[in-house]
Amino acid sequence: MTATTDYESGGRAAHPAARSDRVFGTLTLAAAVIVLLTLLGVFVSLVMGAWPAFHEFGAKFLVTEKWNPVTEKFGALAPLYGTVITSVIAMLIAVPVGLGIAIFLTETCPRPLRRPLGIAIELLAGIPSIIYGIWGLFVFAPFMQKVVQPALIATLGKLPLIGDLFAGPPYGIGILTAGLILAMMVLPFIASLARDIFLTVPDMLRESAYGLGMTRWEVNRHIVIPHVRTALVGGVMLALGRALGETMAVTFVIGNAHRITTSILQPGTTISAAIANEFTEATTPLYTASLVALGLVLFILTFIVLAAAQWMLRRMKAKAGV
Amino acid sequence: MQARMTRRKAVNALMMALSTGAAGLGLLVLALILAHLIFKGAGALNLAVFTQDTPSPNDVGGLRNAIVGSLIMSVIAVAIGTPIGILAGTYMAEYGRFTKLTKVIRFVNDILLSAPSIIVGLFVYQMLVVTLGHFSALAGSVALAILVVPIVVRTTEDMLLLVPDTLREAGLAMGAPRWLVIRQIAYKAARAGMVTGVLLAIARISGETAPLLFTALSNNFFSADLTRPMASLPITIFQFALSPYDNWQALAWAGALLITVAVLALSIIARLVTSKKDKS
Repeated sequence: MTATTDYESGGRAAHPAARSDRVFGTLTLAAAVIVLLTLLGVFVSLVMGAWPAFHEFGAKFLVTEKWNPVTEKFGALAPLYGTVITSVIAMLIAVPVGLGIAIFLTETCPRPLRRPLGIAIELLAGIPSIIYGIWGLFVFAPFMQKVVQPALIATLGKLPLIGDLFAGPPYGIGILTAGLILAMMVLPFIASLARDIFLTVPDMLRESAYGLGMTRWEVNRHIVIPHVRTALVGGVMLALGRALGETMAVTFVIGNAHRITTSILQPGTTISAAIANEFTEATTPLYTASLVALGLVLFILTFIVLAAAQWMLRRMKAKAGV
Repeated sequence: MQARMTRRKAVNALMMALSTGAAGLGLLVLALILAHLIFKGAGALNLAVFTQDTPSPNDVGGLRNAIVGSLIMSVIAVAIGTPIGILAGTYMAEYGRFTKLTKVIRFVNDILLSAPSIIVGLFVYQMLVVTLGHFSALAGSVALAILVVPIVVRTTEDMLLLVPDTLREAGLAMGAPRWLVIRQIAYKAARAGMVTGVLLAIARISGETAPLLFTALSNNFFSADLTRPMASLPITIFQFALSPYDNWQALAWAGALLITVAVLALSIIARLVTSKKDKS
């Protein structure tokens, strides 16, 4: 059963050293199985907790926008929409800027500054999300309300087609603000990950390209990025997984409104924000179950994204022969 | 030919300027956040923050109960999570290095590493709060421990895999049993990296809010009772920042600064531990 058997072969199982080896080996195996059971336990407990909600609402839970604790009618569509849209906004901004930072750090940055700046970005990636949340609430949301949102409404809001996206009064808080805060939070993560990935490109490849007379941009665009494409996509998916499940950076500035509006300036909610705001206030079993069901939806969503991310990162490792 | 070269050079200059601009913008925003945090947090810091408990609105007070609560729960979380993480990592790198189980666990562990922490909170709520019937500091500690485990597993496995097999073989050739080789040779060689993993895990959980929301809940009074709700810095920041009271908001900034300083200090120490190892 345990992998210690190979060591014990030769009829020495009764030897004290072999016995303690079996104990230690079994202990490590047990710990490894605990890791496995944790993920399984999370899934099972969420399914069990969410069961009353799915029993009551069925699959319609996923496509219903209504969320009314008084009449006990619950649907996941509004928070699901908010989760996806805030993450999309975050990635649209953080991915290009993060890649830009990574290219800067591996190419244009003066050599003596590379290490300190790289370390600074890595340290920033570890700052807890609640810090971004509190800054978003007190500094960024008022700034959005007074400066950015009025400007957006006055310019983009007047345009046909996309005008609806920027309609309505400037609340400060809302979908766009939450997306931007999320972008700031995942930015150091993407930048340091992309930098690490770029550094795995063999120098010989770069040098050959430069030797052919390519410019810096061409080397990065046609040699470096294609070489690590899979890993980059994996890294971006990892960041997306974080953004989807992020709670604190979003909860402060999203507004917690269970509705879907075309305007990204309006308040909305995300799955994690809804759970964080309402869970301790949920008074009825069906209300609690509906929130757990939201959690299950989020878990499945992030599981798929993270699994895909891992698959891609593994492929890079296999290619690099590590 | 000349025109094409000029165009290529122009594109290059533009794209490099854009990437430098991106770096400047990104660092500027992050620096703004830190500067504001230090400005607001330092302004609210005083001795009372450490010596008094959370006050009622518009009253004098501090964060003592929240600081102590965070420390207690972090210590317990590390005490639970570290042994499990190290043992599991040991299985993956030593006893079960080539087994299918290890591959599965590596996959599962990486999922746990990035899984939304609020989901962990929901899980522990179902497991320990519903079954025991009340919120407790113990439930909060277990939720944090679940976040510690994957980090420690990952670093332990990675570090043990870096230990050259010749070292292990030398130990085995001396007649040492495998568990002794692991403990006396492999752990010793990988120690710095493993310590770094634990430090990073502490840094990660010290700012975690979501898993505590409905496990440890919070407590306006000083409490060291593990079976009762306990205050923590992140939850207190969350509640106070959203309140309309000036003194509560000031305390939220003070708490946010404390957490950031703690996290940055832990990450820097974690780096120093490994870099010292590299030199020797």
